[in-house]
Amino acid sequence: MRDDWQPTTAISALRLRANVLDCLRRFFWARDVLEVETPLLGHACGTDAQLDFFSAQYCAPPIQETLFLQTSPEFAMKRLLAAGSGSIYQICKAFRNGESGRYHNPEFTMLEWYRVGFTLTDLMDEIAELIRTVSVPYRTLEAPQRLSYQDVFVQYTGLDPLVFCVEAYSACAQAKNQPEALNLCGDDHVLWLDYIFSHFIQPFLGANAVCLIYGYPACQSSLARLNLQNPLVTERVEVFIDGIELGNGYYELSDAQEQKSRFEAEIAERQLKDRPDVVMDERLLAALETGLPECAGVAIGIDRLLMVLSASKNLSEVINFPFDRA
Amino acid sequence: MAVYSTNEFKAGLKIMLDNDPCAIIENEFVKPGKGQAFNRVKIRNLKTDRVIERTFKSGESLEGADVVDVEMQYLYNDGDFRHFMMPDTFEQYQCDQKLVGDASKWLKDQDMCTVTLWNDAPLSVTPINFVELAIVETDPGVRGDTSGGGGKPAKLETGAVVRVPLFVQQGEVIKVDTRTGEYISRVKD
Repeated sequence: MRDDWQPTTAISALRLRANVLDCLRRFFWARDVLEVETPLLGHACGTDAQLDFFSAQYCAPPIQETLFLQTSPEFAMKRLLAAGSGSIYQICKAFRNGESGRYHNPEFTMLEWYRVGFTLTDLMDEIAELIRTVSVPYRTLEAPQRLSYQDVFVQYTGLDPLVFCVEAYSACAQAKNQPEALNLCGDDHVLWLDYIFSHFIQPFLGANAVCLIYGYPACQSSLARLNLQNPLVTERVEVFIDGIELGNGYYELSDAQEQKSRFEAEIAERQLKDRPDVVMDERLLAALETGLPECAGVAIGIDRLLMVLSASKNLSEVINFPFDRA
Repeated sequence: MAVYSTNEFKAGLKIMLDNDPCAIIENEFVKPGKGQAFNRVKIRNLKTDRVIERTFKSGESLEGADVVDVEMQYLYNDGDFRHFMMPDTFEQYQCDQKLVGDASKWLKDQDMCTVTLWNDAPLSVTPINFVELAIVETDPGVRGDTSGGGGKPAKLETGAVVRVPLFVQQGEVIKVDTRTGEYISRVKD
């Protein structure tokens, strides 16, 4: 008899998930943040050139339409915000094609929330408080750390992420015994930043603590606002524990014109990279034109959070039927 | 030869890297939420046995290596080369002493072993996990010692030296784990 019908998780992992979801709902209930649901299957999808989506066929002859499984509930939630929902959160599935590994499952659980009237600093406080609250029964984390992208880059590599110098970047990779980086990244600043950050910095972030990295270079953030004092960086934050990326947040861009031009740039980049065509979300643009309230929002990967809370080495220890058993 | 994408890399896959045959040990998908996906791959060079790490852009591909493991019988050593034979076809392969390396100290005439072939030429030799070899030289043991504590060196018929319990005597045949070089037990006739 085949045994791949069985879950890859222990029963204790099922309880952990149920308890954490309950704790998250209480957290937001106490703060008067409304739980919402939005479609997983939509007519448009994110344009991010780094994200691949799943598509599905809607069939009611003679009508036939291609729909998209959402890579995140962001756009629909922003439409609710523009319609006057106030602060909202959602716990839902998100889908990303081609992402599979120890820390990736093509279908995963996401917690996404938006706070009307919050700045990025307010949001960082709340992220730290939320993670502290859910982790209390499972792990004792040290005090949260807050570092700018630029500072952490300098600290680990001696390089300035805002000033691109291929010789210096390449020398750093060479010194760390990864000469292939030059061949791989060429003169692409963004690619170099991804390479250096993910290989030489991220693994060391947030050892037994929540680590919040803010002020990402402007070339790396499609939906965040530029910082007023320094337009080279954006109002974006990433969350790490034990070197694992848990989430990404923004002080949200609300300028419809600016958003449209960023979408167009991303669509052009997708074409350049030969990625599948996307449909720009005109409804989101219309909502932004009506007016998105000033807000900050963040998405946290719940499966990875469960991994961190249970000190697991692989998502399959917390997802009962991962991709290869789904 | 087939071409493999990083998405297909998994432990044991043989690929060509920098003109050398290599085996994938581990393949980790590294992707920042908003960034380029990479694969950080641990690879063993099958010629040098050295393990390296190399990063690829996800979706990049490498040519497969024509590397196969074949069960063969070890025949003899002519001084320069060791000779092996496929038991079913009687086809013989000669293998440079250098390539046999450490495996040589476990090879007894007529024993089976695994020969790794690259483009039909021997690349390396792996002895079977457990071999039975006679002790040709060891100090006489202390009578009454059955605990095995302490132990003493014993030279085997193939030249290997292993630590054996004090009660094991010269002329006896013992079973050894070739992966660790450790004594397992005496072999009773």
